[in-house]
Amino acid sequence: MNASSIGTRRLALIGLGILLVAAMSYVVMRSGPLAPTRVTVVQAAEGQITPQLFGIGTVEARRSYLIGPTTAGRVRSVTVDVGDTVKTGQPVAEMDPVDLDERTAALDASVARAGSAMAAAEAQRRDAQARRELAAVNARRYVELGRQNFISTGAVDARLQEQASADALLTAAEANLVAARQDQQRLVAERAGLRQQRANVRLLAPADGVVTSRDAEPGSTVVAGQAVLRVIEPSSLWVKVRLDQARSGGLTVGLPAQIVLRSSQGRPLPGKVARVEALSDSVTEERVAQIGFDQVPAGLSVGELAEVTLSLPPTSKAVLLPNAAIKRRNAQTGVWVIDAGALRFAPVRTGQASLDGQVQVLGGVKPGMTVVVHSEKEIGERGRIAVVDALAGRQP
Amino acid sequence: MISLAGRDILHSWSKFVLTGIGLGLLIGVTLTMAGVYRGMVDDARALLNNSGADLWVVQQDTQGPYAESSSLRDDAVRSVLGLPGVARAANVTYLTMQVRRAWASGAAPAGSGDDDVRAMVVGFEPGQPGEPGYLVAGRQITRSHYEAVADVRTGFNLGERIRIRRHDYTVVGLTRRMVSSGGDPMVFIPLKDAQEAQFLKDNDAIVNERARTAANPSLNRPGVPGLLEAIQASQANNRNVNAILVQVQSGTDAEVVAEPVRRWKHLEPFTREQMEEILVAKLIATSAKQIGMFLVILAIVSAAIVAFIIYTMTLGKIREIAVLKLIGTRNRTIAGMILQQALGLGLIGFVVGKVAATFWAPIFPKYVLLEPGDAVRGLVAVVMICALASTLAIRVALKVDPAAAIGG
Repeated sequence: MNASSIGTRRLALIGLGILLVAAMSYVVMRSGPLAPTRVTVVQAAEGQITPQLFGIGTVEARRSYLIGPTTAGRVRSVTVDVGDTVKTGQPVAEMDPVDLDERTAALDASVARAGSAMAAAEAQRRDAQARRELAAVNARRYVELGRQNFISTGAVDARLQEQASADALLTAAEANLVAARQDQQRLVAERAGLRQQRANVRLLAPADGVVTSRDAEPGSTVVAGQAVLRVIEPSSLWVKVRLDQARSGGLTVGLPAQIVLRSSQGRPLPGKVARVEALSDSVTEERVAQIGFDQVPAGLSVGELAEVTLSLPPTSKAVLLPNAAIKRRNAQTGVWVIDAGALRFAPVRTGQASLDGQVQVLGGVKPGMTVVVHSEKEIGERGRIAVVDALAGRQP
Repeated sequence: MISLAGRDILHSWSKFVLTGIGLGLLIGVTLTMAGVYRGMVDDARALLNNSGADLWVVQQDTQGPYAESSSLRDDAVRSVLGLPGVARAANVTYLTMQVRRAWASGAAPAGSGDDDVRAMVVGFEPGQPGEPGYLVAGRQITRSHYEAVADVRTGFNLGERIRIRRHDYTVVGLTRRMVSSGGDPMVFIPLKDAQEAQFLKDNDAIVNERARTAANPSLNRPGVPGLLEAIQASQANNRNVNAILVQVQSGTDAEVVAEPVRRWKHLEPFTREQMEEILVAKLIATSAKQIGMFLVILAIVSAAIVAFIIYTMTLGKIREIAVLKLIGTRNRTIAGMILQQALGLGLIGFVVGKVAATFWAPIFPKYVLLEPGDAVRGLVAVVMICALASTLAIRVALKVDPAAAIGG
């Protein structure tokens, strides 16, 4: 073994040693307590945001009609089916009238009979009148004769009594005639009522619309008020949206909305807030609003899920930070600011936020400050940090 | 004075280096195993840290929400919020399930394989306890529905659509070290969605359930229109959560808040220490002991192998030692040479092992926590084992007959 080979070996061994020490120090500096926490930062800058509200809802009809009978009964026929278009006043179903037709016929006969009774009463009246006229003539003649003392006073009185009796008979006959006429009127009114009832068993469409459900088939019995058919007005479709109470500030009628239907996720539809309900749901802690479509799309189905984004007017200028920068520490909301290479927790007040994650910061941070956004782990005042561009994940 | 050990190492350097690397890999495996054990315990602790709670309020007589199932009404949080000493309280749900990537076209691209990830879906209220404390990318959830923050371990990327039960969620943020006690990465979604995901059945089950209700004559009475619809609507919604996370006001003892909850609200409160006890001592006890047992055996075996290698290495040099003795080298010099060689081997082994463990630890599917304390303990153990093994070798070397140099 010569000296130079030993020298080479020594060099190789020393090199190997240096390599090991280097690897070891790399390991110590890159992992464990001495390693810096990698963070990403952003420079606080002023700007405006357009706060948005987000909620989900279902498509509903503003006007929907339940068509059913007003009395219990059996369905005789249903002439339209689900999906059919109906016009105002169009007969859509009919209930079984049971004995209504027969009762109408009976009343028809009764009305006819009342007419006959009226004719009889009229004849009686004429008869009474004729008798009265005769009695009046006789009475006049007897009174005249009595005055000339041709006949006795008793005979004159008898004729006068005859006349009074005939007057009374006429009055009775006239009253009979009025009664018969009233009777007929009653029967005619009863018949008209029955006809209305007969018409009522025919169910008519109250408005132009589309049949959405057919709940009873001919032969089935329904109670008063139960729906046989449901009809909606397609032009009145809107979205009933539920917004988290905590994120519903600024919700008013007329806000522009974007509606994404589950069936066409790529095509947002424009709309507007048509109504904000005064009652909010206390159980789910949500507010309810109705969003009308600017133009109701064709083929919209009631009950379809929709995502609604409402845009509020832009805010005034303020410092904006990503919401990932906002941290909580000992019941304080704040951000980590890099101040001359050292970390400092700056408490902040936050204002409005936009859906893309920008938050207004009202005080605590000045424009130009460097603020930590993402971090590998929880950071504290003492830890070392290393600023990098991105920590993980492909940026979209 | 020349270093005998150095000269000897230079003489058979390849053997020495290769032995060192072999030893190192063995030590690396032992360190990794310790890391696996620490990682398991740390997973359990991470779960508690991430929830950011001082107090967990769960169903009475359960040890939920992690160790047992627990379910309580979501308005119970309001009465907890009213208790003195409570700073913040929020509902939370946990559900371990398979989360799928949702492909826009409906079909997965070729070669993507079975693309679901086992994850713990956490339903939380944004801005409340239970929210991920820090993100590594993206933003926190801003919409009240259909957005998700996922742990990087799920492999999901920002902007990706994932499917949980009936709905697609957009990944808007990524976080790190947010895992369940079993090490499954977490996916955070808004509470209302999570309630639905947890309790709402699939479409077929819902349709079947409706038909079952409609077939029940006492629930579907002909004379009572609207009754069936009302019953079906009440069946389809869910107002349950798994736990309430409570943060107490600073300076208040969690136990002070826990007492009235236990006594008057008829719910079960757990403080941080109790929860840790449940998780570490009960939930992961068996698997942690399993790994711990293996770690002990591995450590003993490693120690034995290190000792034998040192011992046999010395035995291999017995003739050279005899020559040294023959030329009158002092015993101390010989013993020093053997000890130095053994310690050198141990140090090289330790460094190689530590480096190797650090480099392969991130590849493990579950978290491997290499604690500096463990490394220091490992170093001390390696040095002691080497010293011990070398004393055995030194005894043999010193007893060798100088005549063996010329004899054998």
